[in-house]
Amino acid sequence: MAIKEYLTVKEIVGPLLLVEGVEGAKYGELVEVEFPDGSVGLGNVLEVSEDRVLIQSFEETRGLDVANTKIRFRGRGLELGVSRDILGRVFDGLGRPIDGGPEIIPDARLSISGNPINPYARDYPSDFIQTGISAIDGLNPLVRGQKLPIFSGSGLPHSRIAAQIARQSAVLGKEEEFSVVFAAMGITFEEANYFISEFKRTAAIERTVLFVNLADDPAIERIATPRVALTAAEYLAFELGMHVLVILTDMTYYCEALREVSAARKEVPGRRGYPGYLYTDLATIYERAGRIKDERGSITQIPILSMPEDDKTHPIPDLTGYITEGQIILSRELHRRGIYPPIDVLPSLSRLKEKGIGEGKTREDHSNLSNQLFSAYARGKEAKELAVILGEAALSDVDKLYAKFSDEFEDRFVRQGEFENRTIEETLAIGWDLLRMLPRAELKRVKREQIEKYMK
Amino acid sequence: MVEERQAGEIVKVAGPLVVARGLPQPRMYDLVRVGNERLMGEIIELRGDRASIQVYEETGGLGPGDPVYTTGGALSVELGPGLIGSIYDGVQRPLDLIREATGNYIARGVEMPALEREKEWEFVPRRKPGESVSEGDILGVVQETPVVEHRIMVPPGVSGTIEEIMSGGLKVTDVVAVIKDGDRFHNITLSTIWPVRRPRLYKEKIPPKNELVTGQRVIDTFFPVAMGGTACVPGPFGSGKTVIQHEIAKWANADIIIFIGCGERGNEMTEVLLEFPELIDPYSGEPLMKRTVLIANTSNMPVAAREASVYTGITIAEYFRDMGYHVALQADSTSRWAEALREISGRLEEMPGEEGFPAYLGTRLASFYERAGMVKCLGSDERIGSVTVVGAVSPPGGDLSEPVTQATLRVVKVFWGLEDRLAFRRHFPAINWLISYSLYLDEVESQWIKEVNKEFPELRREAMALLQREAELEEIVRLVGIEALSSAERLTMEAARSVREDFLQQNAFDEIDTYTSIKKQFLLLRLVMRFYKEAEKALDAGVDIRELINLPVREDIAQAKFIREENLSEFDELEKRVADSINELIKRASAEEEAAGESAAVVSGSAGADE
Repeated sequence: MAIKEYLTVKEIVGPLLLVEGVEGAKYGELVEVEFPDGSVGLGNVLEVSEDRVLIQSFEETRGLDVANTKIRFRGRGLELGVSRDILGRVFDGLGRPIDGGPEIIPDARLSISGNPINPYARDYPSDFIQTGISAIDGLNPLVRGQKLPIFSGSGLPHSRIAAQIARQSAVLGKEEEFSVVFAAMGITFEEANYFISEFKRTAAIERTVLFVNLADDPAIERIATPRVALTAAEYLAFELGMHVLVILTDMTYYCEALREVSAARKEVPGRRGYPGYLYTDLATIYERAGRIKDERGSITQIPILSMPEDDKTHPIPDLTGYITEGQIILSRELHRRGIYPPIDVLPSLSRLKEKGIGEGKTREDHSNLSNQLFSAYARGKEAKELAVILGEAALSDVDKLYAKFSDEFEDRFVRQGEFENRTIEETLAIGWDLLRMLPRAELKRVKREQIEKYMK
Repeated sequence: MVEERQAGEIVKVAGPLVVARGLPQPRMYDLVRVGNERLMGEIIELRGDRASIQVYEETGGLGPGDPVYTTGGALSVELGPGLIGSIYDGVQRPLDLIREATGNYIARGVEMPALEREKEWEFVPRRKPGESVSEGDILGVVQETPVVEHRIMVPPGVSGTIEEIMSGGLKVTDVVAVIKDGDRFHNITLSTIWPVRRPRLYKEKIPPKNELVTGQRVIDTFFPVAMGGTACVPGPFGSGKTVIQHEIAKWANADIIIFIGCGERGNEMTEVLLEFPELIDPYSGEPLMKRTVLIANTSNMPVAAREASVYTGITIAEYFRDMGYHVALQADSTSRWAEALREISGRLEEMPGEEGFPAYLGTRLASFYERAGMVKCLGSDERIGSVTVVGAVSPPGGDLSEPVTQATLRVVKVFWGLEDRLAFRRHFPAINWLISYSLYLDEVESQWIKEVNKEFPELRREAMALLQREAELEEIVRLVGIEALSSAERLTMEAARSVREDFLQQNAFDEIDTYTSIKKQFLLLRLVMRFYKEAEKALDAGVDIRELINLPVREDIAQAKFIREENLSEFDELEKRVADSINELIKRASAEEEAAGESAAVVSGSAGADE
């Protein structure tokens, strides 16, 4: 089929182009935008109305004009060419190689928007992933096929934590092929470089695929980046049978790009100017995690997002929390006190916890122990708050113990080295050891036999 | 089936909204097929010869000039044997069969009958030829699952004499009876069709009066919902909305459960699918799946079908209600449904109301919840059926002042307010007892008096007052510390803590704790309150508050929630132990007092003796 070319651009508003007199354009179709200087960018169709087509350009529209810009419709949506050779390679936000290596000779070309997984085809995630980080493994465990975001803030060490998870993750008692898909959206060169050199240093780069859209790359390209990355992940997981860990950072910049397009289209804004369909849009990304019955592979997602002003009720973390299966929240206060990883365990949550732990998976006391640690730590924090107002003397004796417990808990359980890889047994042992600080009668959530057995 | 005819063509595509021109006699809410892949859509606006269509599938690849076919009918569901145990998407396509046909992902343009065509059902007639029947009368039954007897009814608007009635193995499209009305003959098939946006008919609505027992203590005892009532569960993420919805679906004493996963997580539906066939219904002893219908339109599935999913669900619920069943419908989450409305409204370029939601949000929500209720069904046997609706609400940032929560609160009678603060403390279910309410309390309490125990309403009031008092005292403690409280006040705090921890907190993941019968709820609450009452007496008798707090029997109270349903007599012994051990303290206290008096006397006596 001959590719039609149009010179009929009528309007250019921000990232949007309006083209008239077009025949046969399809919603979602990929277009090439040829700049007056001959360079070619990509875009896609946002809306078609009779012969008028609205295009969002993934490239900056700087330098475009209405007279000489050429538009070519490609007759298909944006696709990613995939093969086993994508492992170890670096691509831009649209999936074009930028590491100087050869073009990929694809085994298949896959549409990046993907189709929703049939809920009936899903298998429930239940394999515990040992990340070696106590605050995660002990209290908010990650499970294979889960989507567990890190809610962070500017200046907090979310990148180091994500890299540590990628480095240390292992499923107990299993040796299986696994890989990492890393998508950078709008982060700085330094941050991206940290990940890349980290992957290189540990030789993980050979089983990693990177998609990089940096802060100075075109912002609209970011809308495609997570979808491109997840298309690669789906190929690795469900065609090649690998266990894939997908790190998406930073989702906040993705949402801002979406807002930019929405504002340029003059859509009715929802909260804080984000489009009303932000929830649905994010869901089409996050829901691409999971496991499928009778398939070997899995996709585990760790999206990272920075909360503006550390505000959990901001639309991005809020809507994310409604879709993902829990969240790991970082605390500025812990970070200031020099505790790494500064994971605020109380508001953190892993919704798949109960399914991933227990006898045969981790240990039979895991669930009760973590509940006990949670409630003891919560009580300790409350006691400390009270002590701030009324002075330590106002606390009952038991509350004083709890206050001390919460300090020790942060210091010994939460705090650990960036390269310290604790086994689940080590994590649980620290937990039991901490509980010895409290009177036996206070330990209501663990069973008596478990106390006898583990608290020696 | 309605015949499709070639009709108009697409002129505009914007996301899930398609505008078509040249459709012959388009009517609002008619079903259409869009494009060469014949994607399902529904007409939602008409201007001149242009019809706006919301499409239930991904619209990528559609463009101007593509054909649109009308069907002449409205979006409808198929109702008949085979519904139970099924999992459907928002427009009643069977997801299990779709997987067989197209693999792990949902491809577009899949057309599939909702009820299995080939399966034969054993139809047992209840009427004989020559008998006269009218709308709603039961012609016969099919034992659909061990617990659900599927009653085949005369459709609304049909009456006459039975000309012929079948029996034995029939397929859903087969005729079960022929009814003669004057010179017209009606062929009644095993399954029927009903448009989802039209409420099914009934004789009259009656006020709800019986409790829907959910086995969840904070709900059943403190904020009960009646069969045929409406309830909402708003809460920020992580506060346990879905767990509560699942618990109700598992343990409610309804005959049929309809669970709508509307714009939520795929894995949650998987969990239901894997768990329900394994879990045993405490009422029937059969797997829970044998009374459940699932509607799954997860968040990544097309947004327009999400809008339709709640209607699909409630129409199926009404169908079972019409057979004389008590149906509980869970919609998780109505906020996602409202967001779908908002998205479509935005594409239609309607003038937005609050926060971009359309101005008709309130009316749509109200008319959805109004389809709940207890009714006298059509038919001459005066049977009663009900639909209870429990809707989850996901307010952004947990802010209850947002439009969806507010519009919902205007129409529902029960409010279970979830709080993340409680969830952080691992107090589950994280229902805040101070802000929640139920307007069915009067009806339910009179039922308790008859069926459980006449003290129950009073006991509930006392416990509620105790919790209220605790909140006030907590304020004081926060300002001046625990030392400022009198012994009686400290006892109040302790007792309230016991109500919270030993009664309200319930572990959905514990085999025993996950379900508590209403009888056991009463016994457990009485036990907890018994301690308080006895301890009050003891305080008056001069027992030290610390001794009361540290009584070993309190540990038994904490474990009482794990007493099995078949061993409820243990509660009497436990209560006796509570009374005994406190009496022991009282005796000792008075003995010590006497002893102190005596020894004082001895001292003075010996001093006297010295003289």
